[in-house]
Amino acid sequence: MSTRLVEGGRCIDRRQVVKFQFNGKQMSGFAGDSLASALLANDQHLIGRSFKYHRPRGLVASGPEEPNGLVTVGEGPSIEPNRQATMIELYEGLTASSQNHFPSLEWDVGAVADLASRFLPAGFYYKSFMRPRRAWEFLFEPMIRRAAGLGRLPRHQDESIYEHFYVHIDLLVVGGGVAGLTVAKAAADAGARVLIVEQMPHWGGRTSVDSGMIDGIDAAEWVNQLIDELASHQQVSMLNRTTAFGVYDHSYVLALERVEDHAPISGALRQRMWRMRPKCMVIATGAIERPLCFQDNDRPGVMLASGIRDYLKNFAISTGDRTVVALNNDDGYKTAMALAKAGLEVPVILDSRRPNDGDLTQQVRDLGIKIEFGRTVSSVNQSKGRIRSVRICSQVGEGATLHEVDCESLAVSGGWSPSAHLWSQGSGKLIWDEALSAFRPDLKRPPLQDDGSHNWAFTAGAASGCLPLDQTLDDACDVARAVFKRLALSGKIVRPEVEREKAEPPASTCLSPSGIKKKARAKAWVDFQNDVKVSDLDLALQEGYMSSEHAKRYTTLGMATDQGKLSNVNGLMIMAESRGVEMSEVSPTTFRPPYTPVTLGAIAGDARGSLFKPYRKTNIDEWHDKNGAYWERVGADWRRPFCYLKDGEKVREAVDREALRVRQTVGIFDSSSLGKIWVSGPDAGRFLDMLYTGVMSTLPIGRCRYGLMCNENGFLIDDGVVARIDETSFLCHTTTGGSDYIHGWMEDWLQCEWWNWKVYTANLTEQFAQIVVAGPEARKLLGKLNISDIDAASLPFMSWADRQVGAFKTRIFRVSFSGELSFEIALPADQGAELWRQIYAAGQEFDIEPYGTEALHVLRAEKGFVMIGEETDGTVTPQDLGLDWAVSKKKNDFLGKRGQKRPCLTHSDRWKFVGLETVEARAKLPVGALALGVGLDSHGFSKSIGRVTSSYHSPILNRTIALGLVENGPQRRGDILQFSTEAGPVNARIVSPVFYDPEGTQLNA
Amino acid sequence: MRYSIFNLCREALCGHTGWPKAWESPTPKSRYEVIIIGGGGHGLATAYYLGKNFGIRDVAILEKGWLGGGNTGRNTTIIRSNYLENDSVAIYEKSRDLYETLSQDLNMNIMFSPRGVMMLAQTHHEAHAYMRIANANRLQNIETEYISPTQVFEKCPIICIDGPRYPILGALWQPRGGTARHDTVAWGYARACSKMGIHIIENCEVTGINREGGRVTGVTTHRGSISCDKLGIVVAGHSGQLADMAGFRLPIESVALQALVSEPIKPCLDVVVMANTVHGYISQSDKGEMVIGGGTDGVINYSQRGSFTYIEETVRALVETFPLISRLKMLRQWGGIVDMTGDRSPIISATPVDKLFINCGWGTGGFKAIPGSGWAMAELMANEAPGSLAEPFSLDRFREGRFIDERVAAGVAH
Amino acid sequence: MLRLKCPYCGQMVDETELTPGGEAHLKRATQNSSDDELLDYLFNRRNPKGVHFERWRHTFGCGKWFVVARCTVTHEVFGVYKAQTLKPPKSVVDAIANRRGHETQESQ
Repeated sequence: MSTRLVEGGRCIDRRQVVKFQFNGKQMSGFAGDSLASALLANDQHLIGRSFKYHRPRGLVASGPEEPNGLVTVGEGPSIEPNRQATMIELYEGLTASSQNHFPSLEWDVGAVADLASRFLPAGFYYKSFMRPRRAWEFLFEPMIRRAAGLGRLPRHQDESIYEHFYVHIDLLVVGGGVAGLTVAKAAADAGARVLIVEQMPHWGGRTSVDSGMIDGIDAAEWVNQLIDELASHQQVSMLNRTTAFGVYDHSYVLALERVEDHAPISGALRQRMWRMRPKCMVIATGAIERPLCFQDNDRPGVMLASGIRDYLKNFAISTGDRTVVALNNDDGYKTAMALAKAGLEVPVILDSRRPNDGDLTQQVRDLGIKIEFGRTVSSVNQSKGRIRSVRICSQVGEGATLHEVDCESLAVSGGWSPSAHLWSQGSGKLIWDEALSAFRPDLKRPPLQDDGSHNWAFTAGAASGCLPLDQTLDDACDVARAVFKRLALSGKIVRPEVEREKAEPPASTCLSPSGIKKKARAKAWVDFQNDVKVSDLDLALQEGYMSSEHAKRYTTLGMATDQGKLSNVNGLMIMAESRGVEMSEVSPTTFRPPYTPVTLGAIAGDARGSLFKPYRKTNIDEWHDKNGAYWERVGADWRRPFCYLKDGEKVREAVDREALRVRQTVGIFDSSSLGKIWVSGPDAGRFLDMLYTGVMSTLPIGRCRYGLMCNENGFLIDDGVVARIDETSFLCHTTTGGSDYIHGWMEDWLQCEWWNWKVYTANLTEQFAQIVVAGPEARKLLGKLNISDIDAASLPFMSWADRQVGAFKTRIFRVSFSGELSFEIALPADQGAELWRQIYAAGQEFDIEPYGTEALHVLRAEKGFVMIGEETDGTVTPQDLGLDWAVSKKKNDFLGKRGQKRPCLTHSDRWKFVGLETVEARAKLPVGALALGVGLDSHGFSKSIGRVTSSYHSPILNRTIALGLVENGPQRRGDILQFSTEAGPVNARIVSPVFYDPEGTQLNA
Repeated sequence: MRYSIFNLCREALCGHTGWPKAWESPTPKSRYEVIIIGGGGHGLATAYYLGKNFGIRDVAILEKGWLGGGNTGRNTTIIRSNYLENDSVAIYEKSRDLYETLSQDLNMNIMFSPRGVMMLAQTHHEAHAYMRIANANRLQNIETEYISPTQVFEKCPIICIDGPRYPILGALWQPRGGTARHDTVAWGYARACSKMGIHIIENCEVTGINREGGRVTGVTTHRGSISCDKLGIVVAGHSGQLADMAGFRLPIESVALQALVSEPIKPCLDVVVMANTVHGYISQSDKGEMVIGGGTDGVINYSQRGSFTYIEETVRALVETFPLISRLKMLRQWGGIVDMTGDRSPIISATPVDKLFINCGWGTGGFKAIPGSGWAMAELMANEAPGSLAEPFSLDRFREGRFIDERVAAGVAH
Repeated sequence: MLRLKCPYCGQMVDETELTPGGEAHLKRATQNSSDDELLDYLFNRRNPKGVHFERWRHTFGCGKWFVVARCTVTHEVFGVYKAQTLKPPKSVVDAIANRRGHETQESQ
């Protein structure tokens, strides 16, 4: 029976009673309790069912190393599965429930898996369920999937807020125990800016629980004083409830702060991710105790010795009136002493080592506790799911029972492993320390900094492998000296007065007993959460999974949510022993972030919903929104009106209406997002001659020229109109998606290849709004706006001019993508919206309509104008598109010219640009449809000889039109091709891609 | 001993003592007919099909670490074949088809789960690209379909169809795509190879490739020199280093590709979803973990570690598309080294060195290709001439300009 | 997350401000180049497991290109320099030699 003692509990406040629910039962605890300690206080010995065999499980530890105590917390939007009860701080109204059982925790049908466990060893699913084949897909796999997993996906949206903070700091100290605090104080006193992060709500680490004597006073008290000094120190920031979970390259460290998990408010800031760049880091993360592996070591009531004394000291919990302690190292004695001092019974301590006369041994004897050396636990006896007694055997034998001792709780200590995860993540190496019986940081191979230095990260205290208090403080002082050197600090480092402890070395086996027999090995757990037994490791070895990585993956050892904190080292020791190799030959696990699981929402931060990714908007977007714009997401984070929907229109109807209006009277279009790049300088012309396939240097001032750009592979990457502004200046237009990209492309060439050329570029895309007025009435419309000299002679097709439009200074380009009389008016971006409104108002008498990107695409297709990204896909050359005229034969060199000389880019069978007319006028060719050729290719697939690149309904022609690329297309006008579509074959004739106004009379008006 | 429910039960009753080693660890001989450098999925599959299809069993696989410890043990296990070009689809579909019966062929349950793969279209441009692939797939006899947002939602109820930034316009759906258990694919091939007498030599790093008169004669390793008639390099990210040893260059760059898993939860996602506009993809393993991946890290990187920036980008994208996963937790993250070619298609080819063949450049799409790649590479090495599967992927295509451009269909951003 | 010093801004900047640009000091193939030279220029890369000279652009900053000598295994940085050079400056070559010795053989 676990209960709350009447006195004690340094973390709890008995004046504040906190009510909570577990599995629907009302319980109460105190403020400062963890959910785990509150459950123990209520004698809730069962906390869950194990993953595979559904064995009843209780709590094992008191911190993030807890493997069994996973619960689902919260309700509705705040529900979260797989939270560790040991890490949940109790708050009023908390609801939690255990996981992985049906119908209840106490009575779980899944327990048949335990009865059938011999049929379900590690990897059993690899050896079975193969026949019949369909049975795997429809029967076995669904069963396995349903049995797997511990909690459930929440059903409601997460309403919490998560944020990210940056910190640049001189010294980051991870761990608020005595070692970390000591280093922090020394550095802060010497002038460094220090940040200390501690994963638990309370400071002080093990010393606050285990105490001792420092500088003549109680160690716990000494630590408290230190904490107070640091809390008020100018140079120091302290963050509790904050786990440093990852060390990444270039001294980048991430931590997660649990801001309000202990007092949740809906919709509030829940967690904060800290992005840190410390100049120096001290990893003072302590060490984690290891369990012992004996038969039925997973029974509720078997707990880590340190966990039991944590619950005792921090929360005044007694895990049982009588606690037997089984250990192979000195530290477990502290639990026996703490229990005895609290008035609880320790019937016996089983020390698996030979008799010794260490300090702790003497202290324990003085308290009258019996010690049996060379002995250990072979198994536990249960009654009604609780420990009734333990069976004791010799450590060296096979486990014959020597005698039994009655008890309610069993404290085990199989050794301590320094918590060196962050050291390892930062590329520091670990080494097996025989005397410590643990992997610890190898000081000869510390984390490497990007400047080649080796002294940016240190471990201190237990994390270095220094477990006794005197060694911890010695180490902390050494580390402080190293930190001073790293940060060029000077000052005194005062070593506190601590008595030397004489520690006996730990034993190096976790198997209890050493000769544990086969039957017991099948019930001796190594990884509690993934239900991996010693016999599973034996099986892995037997089957030749020799490498520890293979064995781990085969058995799933260490792959549960506790990431092997209690199981990795024990597993490696067992495997090494079985293989007959020394631990020094075994490579330790490479630790990967995160140290403890990190909420996905916290990683996403505030980049959600409307903040997920920014939109780029033009100055005129508000008008579009108000006028029924149906938005399309396009490249470079812009969105553009696809069309404008009026009065319940469908998209197709709107597109037809808009395109027709442009051809019949006039339309207005926002082309502000198209790229505008200023290229200027004495070598500007020469430069553009290299970038474009055509010649731009000869472009007269005041004129415009269509240009194509290719990559060095020879394929088209962008197109656009270039305008000659003055002797040394050009304005290059690009596609919307290409604006940043092409500007970057230009800068790349100017900075990295032709850096001696005198050319300056500027990306002016966002500086200017650009409004297109297109249609037969375009000139008349603009004439109403107090604008002069835009007649055909003053402003011919493919020219530009600066013109005043009412109060606005604008630059007007006479270019046309629609094939109609068209004026593109550029003016400062913040004036765009107003000019748009004025044009729109003036256009009312001409039935002006705004048109969107899709209508424009229809119009240009009717004219046979290609579109980058539709007719091109990165494998198309200008010659493929019949744009040979835009490729200069005279130029010696331009980007892509050499690439285009390769035979595969020039051979006659390439697919070339054509128009396609379905034989049935109403039939529509789907984009991407392939034209069938004759016969099959080498793979047995139907040969194809062409594809549809664009396909629309043309309202002016009242039929569908399409553009495409066809093998030898231009030579095959009139041929009928059969296209394969989902709805069946569709026939289409190869025609000229110019469907409308082939003479260009509208364009040149 | 065959793996079967019958044997499992029988062994259960006698303490599982009868299970033999999955694969032997023999001492390397001084000479083999064929040496394959690289004990990952592709290398093991190559050896297997050399033995099975061509009876060539005097083969050694040299693996510098533990087999399957490279990308094969680090990927997100997606299997699909809905690429664009005929040449690509031929080999990826061959591979997918082999996966359908691989558990039975190898007598080891690789847990092939054809639960369907969907690639979300979140811009009009992307929609057109996937429609184009669907059209091509029809002629390639691949079962794919361009489906509507409603159909997407039916197959995947936890998805957010109308996210504010990138609503879902449709998806390319391959019903017989899915996942498999990556480690077991390697172990299954290894076991089958071992059974045929093929030698798998782990912890044996090749330090030099020996040549004489323009042809390969053998390798130098940490465990001594071994000679051979033919040599195959199948090492993914480290292909460049091995090519250097043999004196030729490769058009590849080795970059980091990262992935992560969440804690395991009860089944909630039955399909594989790839959201390439926002750079993230997700599926749920049989263990219950949400398996998540995204784009490559973009710089040459052999550390098998990546930048957390890309993890953030991927998680953001998936939390946006699947808001309900926000309160799940990232349990583990890791990286691999993927070798990227300029056209995002692999290289299965002879090399300038006679009798030396190379298989690399699978980039972010290697796992789905393991059986097909091994099949094609075995054919190439056995016949010393490529079959129809390998032929388009020759090293020469880069000089000739004959690219097999799969930058869209490869999906994963780079 | 990598952090590199922009030689123009003179400051350490996070990777998120930068765009990677591949191998530095490639020799552009021109009209007289052979097919092999074109192949090398477009596709063949050193792809070293060791010190790599690679281009980066400070896209969300000054917009300038620079070159970084970085180890592709440990991410150690040996130096950064402006992109307007055909080969790495002596100071960077020396820095690599100091720390790595033999690897300087691989530099341009």
